[in-house]
Amino acid sequence: MGAAGVARLHGLFATYKPPGLHWKHLRDTVELQLLKGLNAGKPPAPEQRVRFLLGPVEGSEDKELTLTATSVPTLTNHPLVRGPAFTSLKIGVGHRLDAQASGVLVLGVGQGRSLLTDMYNAHLTKDYTVRGLLGKATDDFREDGRLVEKTTYDHVTREKLDRILAVIQGSHQKALVTYSNLDLQTQEAYEMAVKGLIRPMNKSPMLITGIRCLHFAPPEFLLEVQCMHETQKQLRRLVHEIGLELKTTAVCSHVRRTRDGFFTLDDALLRTQWDLHSIQDAIQVAAPRVAAELEKNLRLGLGTQQLHSPGWHGDNEGPSPALEGWAAGGAAGG
Amino acid sequence: MALSAQQIPRWFNSIKRSSLITAAQLRNRFQRPGQIWLHGLSAQPQVSSDSCFLQWGFKTYRTSSKWNNSSQFTKSSGQEINSAQSTMLPSVNEQSQKIPTFDSELSLEGLDDVPPLSPLQPISEQEAVRIIADPPLPPDSFTLRDYVDHSETLRKLVLLGVDLSKIEKHPEAANLLLRLDFEKDINQVLLFLKDLGIEDSQLGAFLTKNYAIFSEDLENLKTRVAYLQSKSFSKADIAQMVRKAPFLLNFSVERLDNRLGFFQKELELSVKKTRDLVVRLPRLLTGSLEPVKENMKVYRLELGFKHNEIQHMITKIPKMLTANKRKLTETFDFVHNVMSIPHHIIVRFPQVFNARLFKVQERHLFLAYLGRAQYDPAKANYISLDKLVSVPDEIFCEDLAKASVQDFEKFLKTL
Repeated sequence: MGAAGVARLHGLFATYKPPGLHWKHLRDTVELQLLKGLNAGKPPAPEQRVRFLLGPVEGSEDKELTLTATSVPTLTNHPLVRGPAFTSLKIGVGHRLDAQASGVLVLGVGQGRSLLTDMYNAHLTKDYTVRGLLGKATDDFREDGRLVEKTTYDHVTREKLDRILAVIQGSHQKALVTYSNLDLQTQEAYEMAVKGLIRPMNKSPMLITGIRCLHFAPPEFLLEVQCMHETQKQLRRLVHEIGLELKTTAVCSHVRRTRDGFFTLDDALLRTQWDLHSIQDAIQVAAPRVAAELEKNLRLGLGTQQLHSPGWHGDNEGPSPALEGWAAGGAAGG
Repeated sequence: MALSAQQIPRWFNSIKRSSLITAAQLRNRFQRPGQIWLHGLSAQPQVSSDSCFLQWGFKTYRTSSKWNNSSQFTKSSGQEINSAQSTMLPSVNEQSQKIPTFDSELSLEGLDDVPPLSPLQPISEQEAVRIIADPPLPPDSFTLRDYVDHSETLRKLVLLGVDLSKIEKHPEAANLLLRLDFEKDINQVLLFLKDLGIEDSQLGAFLTKNYAIFSEDLENLKTRVAYLQSKSFSKADIAQMVRKAPFLLNFSVERLDNRLGFFQKELELSVKKTRDLVVRLPRLLTGSLEPVKENMKVYRLELGFKHNEIQHMITKIPKMLTANKRKLTETFDFVHNVMSIPHHIIVRFPQVFNARLFKVQERHLFLAYLGRAQYDPAKANYISLDKLVSVPDEIFCEDLAKASVQDFEKFLKTL
């Protein structure tokens, strides 16, 4: 099991993090389960070592002693003496989720950890479903936080909510173009903008590429948000601000990530599937898709590099974070 | 304090019968100023064909001050993990051939005139064949792998099933095992344990946990077993208790007595029920009593159970006495407030406190989503709590939820 098992254990896979579990505990649990699987194998055959022992020569009558090579059993590599073959595994975590949130969490094992960096540098969007509750405001924007204000919400209608969401989406669309540092006067940039492929390829504040309301039953409402460079707390703050825009208050009751880049809910492994075989299969299934997507994003990123506005090249201090990301992506993808 | 290996040349191992290098020759060769070399080497012949060993005890071995610094050995051996703890000495015993330990005084008469043996001196073929030039054992090591092939004790322990990789994490335990002789010390304890009723296959696990039993006096162990028998524990009971709580026999009679008395007073159960409880969960006797006291208070004051209810729950699930307080309160909070299950039903199914909270939560939320979350025995479609927590997923989905496992998984991904 051991060596063959760990050879198939390099790559990315997605897990479903349930609410209430810290991401680190998830990573540690996965590591423990993988180690259990790797160490569970049939014990190796008893080994022997060659020793030169003093003994009488065979076939001769006199008591002459000579050294003969004999194979004697040795216990040095016995499993009870050596201990388990695998004691730790290198597992990295992609975009983190805080304890209260749930959803797709990408983990990388072994060589796959460098793919995690590539995924980060590809700056892909993520999908969330955010559940909000009208009528309250709390200090940390969560339902169980310290209550700050209570308001009525009878005046809130679906149309008002949709209008607010459209305004949010529009303003963030503009910000997308601004933060991507592209010179929109070129033809290629215009074509990309038409296709909707423009997004910042370096650090930026949270940007929402799409937001819509899935379900509205006051006081509850359900939003679907596509965003990048976000934290779950910022998403909860978004719900709070939507409440303020609607001239009432709102808290967020649940944040759930449904897609992280190219890993969707279907790829995510549940808690019962966090064992060696399921994870190996998941890595194998995801591997070609991961390679193709990262390659595509690398090409896209390199294409955008040529389209940057003149003002951006003024930064001559060293390789920009964007260039570094593409270089790393190129090294891994090439 | 151990010598570093470089101090002993290889040929030093090749002590054979007639051409022995006496201690004085050693002394003349290796003595450092200010150092008293109290190392005695026996002149007894080596009968076994395995390599012979030097046996060093450190009680009468006095070194100069520079050797007292254990950090020096850290540098020279490079393998000590914890120089603050006592290092492991290679006092390895031959099978039945025990080399008597060195004398504390060196006999110095008439040995000064023997010339030391030079390695360049030509020797006969016979003598050459008799030189055993195996690499010397490391004087200190962080693992027992280096010594297991050379020590009969360790070999027999491994064949019994003792996990040496766990024992070597405790340096004092490893030192103890290296120094013991199988025939004299260990055999007695093993026979005693077998008399108690522990099977051969279980001895390995027992000794891995409780290696300290070798340093216990056999008489004390027998007294403690006699005490337990006097308290009407049957032989099978005692065997089970010792198997499940390996440290039980390391406790003195009065300590065992105090603990049994504590449980009897605290739980106010009959003698027979206390006995059954202790046999089912003997680690109550070996573990700390503080969590038990705290848990009793939690059940009574925080969770609001009556004393007879607590007694009933504990006789059914003894593990509740040692459960984690935070997990208890969280589980109870969910079961009582979210699932709305009253106290008297929880008392009937105390297994909920033994189950993982996330399992209870997921299953309850699934049943609530399907509209089948009905825990009142009086009404129809009643789902009992013990089935909720104990059955595996497939049976839960089929029988209790009347849905497929794929539906359950899809639901879990919406949480």
